[in-house]
Amino acid sequence: MTMAHDAPKAGSQVGRSVPRLEGRDKVTGRAEYTHTMRLPGMLYCKLFRSTVAHGLIKSVDVSEARKVPGVFAVITIDDVMKVIPDPYYGPAFHDQPILAHEKVRFVGEPVAAVLAFDPHVAEAAAQLISAEYEELPAVYDEVDALTTKTYVHDVLKPAGTFADLKHLKDAKDTNMALDYRLRRGDVDKAFAQAAHVFEHEFKTQKVLHLPFEPHASIADYKDTGVTIYTGSQGPSFVRTEIARLLGWPENKVRIKVPFLGSGYGAKLYIKLEALVVALSMIARRPVKLALTFEELFYQITKHPSTFRIKSGVDKDGRIIARKCEVYWNGGAYADIGPRVTQKSGLTASGPYEIDNVSIDSYALYTNVTPAGALRGFGVPQLVWAYESHTDMMARALKLDPVEFRRKNLLREGRPHPTGTIIKDAAVEKVLDHVLDRMNWSKPFDKGTGVVKRGRGFGIAIKAVITPTTSVAIVNVSADGSATLYCGTIDMGQGSDTAMAQMVGEILNVSAESVRVVPRDTDVTPYDMGTLGSRSLFHMGHAVRRAAEHARDQLKALAREVGEPEGSNIPVRELFVKKYGMQAGNVIGTGVFKPDYIPPAPGTGLSENVTAFWMVSGAGAEVEVDTETGHVKITKLVNVVDVGKAINPRIVETQISGAALMQLGFTMFEKMHIDGGQVTNASLADYKIPGFHDVPVVMDNSHVDTNQSNGPFGAKGVGEVSTFCVSPAIANAIDDAVGVRLMELPLNPESVYRAIRAKAGKPLEDE
Amino acid sequence: MTAARTISFTLNGLPVTADVKPHHNLVELLQNQFSLTGARETCGQGLCGCCTVIVNGKAVSGCLYLASFVEGAEVVTVESLDTPQKLHPVQEAFVETSAFQCGYCTPGFVLMTTQLLEQHPDPDDDQIKHYLTGNLCRCATYPQVIEAVKLAARKRKAG
Repeated sequence: MTMAHDAPKAGSQVGRSVPRLEGRDKVTGRAEYTHTMRLPGMLYCKLFRSTVAHGLIKSVDVSEARKVPGVFAVITIDDVMKVIPDPYYGPAFHDQPILAHEKVRFVGEPVAAVLAFDPHVAEAAAQLISAEYEELPAVYDEVDALTTKTYVHDVLKPAGTFADLKHLKDAKDTNMALDYRLRRGDVDKAFAQAAHVFEHEFKTQKVLHLPFEPHASIADYKDTGVTIYTGSQGPSFVRTEIARLLGWPENKVRIKVPFLGSGYGAKLYIKLEALVVALSMIARRPVKLALTFEELFYQITKHPSTFRIKSGVDKDGRIIARKCEVYWNGGAYADIGPRVTQKSGLTASGPYEIDNVSIDSYALYTNVTPAGALRGFGVPQLVWAYESHTDMMARALKLDPVEFRRKNLLREGRPHPTGTIIKDAAVEKVLDHVLDRMNWSKPFDKGTGVVKRGRGFGIAIKAVITPTTSVAIVNVSADGSATLYCGTIDMGQGSDTAMAQMVGEILNVSAESVRVVPRDTDVTPYDMGTLGSRSLFHMGHAVRRAAEHARDQLKALAREVGEPEGSNIPVRELFVKKYGMQAGNVIGTGVFKPDYIPPAPGTGLSENVTAFWMVSGAGAEVEVDTETGHVKITKLVNVVDVGKAINPRIVETQISGAALMQLGFTMFEKMHIDGGQVTNASLADYKIPGFHDVPVVMDNSHVDTNQSNGPFGAKGVGEVSTFCVSPAIANAIDDAVGVRLMELPLNPESVYRAIRAKAGKPLEDE
Repeated sequence: MTAARTISFTLNGLPVTADVKPHHNLVELLQNQFSLTGARETCGQGLCGCCTVIVNGKAVSGCLYLASFVEGAEVVTVESLDTPQKLHPVQEAFVETSAFQCGYCTPGFVLMTTQLLEQHPDPDDDQIKHYLTGNLCRCATYPQVIEAVKLAARKRKAG
């Protein structure tokens, strides 16, 4: 049996660097994005935002704005609650109001919305709105948030979706949106027995995703149903949440997602969608809200963090105890912070086999822009700390940093601190490969004069968010052509192409001939979300099963129409034989949800905590100018374990892109916040990596492994190479000039201050 | 809001007229009146290159370039480069090297690369980085873009 118009040889689709299916649309500027979409009769929304970090709303005066010619409506939460009486939403907590309600909790929180046919009119009118607040004390720091008497929310309202949040229902006088703990062995006893104990505190700064297509959503509400066009990484969740807010069945809510001008986690769960739906309900017209670049700084960011890590080492250099306390600065609304706190928290002790481990990971509310997932789901913050810490211990003990790690490495078949046995996690292989690409065993020129050279590396492990579900449909038309319906969002990571390759592999057609249907919840089935490098594994399995289901039905069809076993008849002739003409379909469906055992309450232990492990390593060579603190990265090695690569070119681009993104978070990116106010909310003041920031040598590779439970031996790659970039560079700086930086970013000022402090000539504080 | 006035210019080789207000920028003009969405406003400060448009043979930042200023000008957008039969060699090179991820900044890179190759038909890495330094890619596809530019140069030479 052969399919349709082309018949490549079996086994030729997976493992091939198929050029991206959407390439032509993207290079010609014709790819569709929500930010540039328009609907007939559409109104534009512009927002009036809070200027205080924490305050009770005394009054909002919209009268001048309403008078502006061309303004259609000016809307506050009072108007919203007439159509949506309980206007609170969110994936973990129902804590975020559609517009500020009674209180504002961060500078930039939307307070009122102006609608007009001309966005310039809406913008001008929004500037005429004024509000009076009774200011409240605010909390900005994640550690302070645990002990302060200032509470961001009066009462906590868990969404009910996650079992480990239920105990927080109706909690008062707390800023803690999750307290995850893991307890293995007896850390206190082990610390008492340890020959050496090391304790350090590391911090990460507030940075953000900055997708070049800022968030945009359009709602077209009708009494019979609502259609939302949105740049979302999780249309299934948006549908569920909008249906809940409206008290509707899901089938009256339709979410359409064109291409995303990237996401990196910024567009997960629900963002602008509830607001545009409410506005469209009130206006009875389509309403579009498209953020400006500046507004991104008030939408969602990465979690700043404080990580206190303490390790006990015995006289042979074995780590026998590790205590981790991680504080996550979640901002004013929980978003997915509690999941970041738990799912990354469980790997906070790193890729090491340690018998006594204690982890406390706290999600904390503060009065700043909310934080969510950003390419790594919290793991880059953890690895920054534990791989810096590991290096500091090796230096203090005068142990070789490679041998120290090797002695403690978490190997195949051994228990992770959660109790889950490590399988298909090429920790040592990745380490070996990093060292090989770094020429680690060769002599290294440390430099002379003012420019000193150094090198460092790091290694990391992550558990994929588990358990999650994906569903896919493969439709074979009567001409033999194949169409894939899957909810994974191609936001630049090349998932459409990879999924098409899997379909092609099974149906024996070229990946290029497979049509991937644009995301539309009216036709594409459920998917938990495009996040945490889960899609290739979970949706990949669903797609594989759907294609196999279709293939099996085609085989049955061949038997039914009397074809002998192994017949070479083209598929389209099968349909003709069956239906007398080119007619009919074969529909294959596939569902995937991995096995999982939830962590035991209190101990966090589980024998099956993750569907798969991700592993990565990085090595850096740097030149540090001791007179300016400037750091030049002369070489950056990134090695990941992705199992089998479905599309090697896409894999390489993901490794490279994720590492360079993390390089920005490591070296210079930082949101400056003064009294709760972001003071550098523009691309002129917030620098991101450009051509000249690319290291002189970038060496990206993946080790040759097989993910035994993965589709075609594969697993995810989107975020893996972010993990180790920060500690590799910090370790290299220490190697070069003997200073240790405990807080990101590693900018010239920080490096120079540390050099001066070490020389006993510290610079004055600003 | 101020009144609109009618301007005439050449858009991708065709004479056109449009009604523009003094505060409209070139991106708005192209998107709202001609449904050309290849030039996009991202940073709004002329720093990222997503809004690149060619005006009178020279690349400009469409987010900062007032629409009124294209009166009488020759305006070229990314949508003019390909034909139904064939992509422009620069576009082919970007596709073949997968030198894009989300694609939002890609039209800007493509237009700047066509201009780069007119001035430097055989650019080295430093020339490419220098010339394209005003184009940012948040997905950080920079190493792949350098490959694409070099491939485009070879295609161009081969005619």
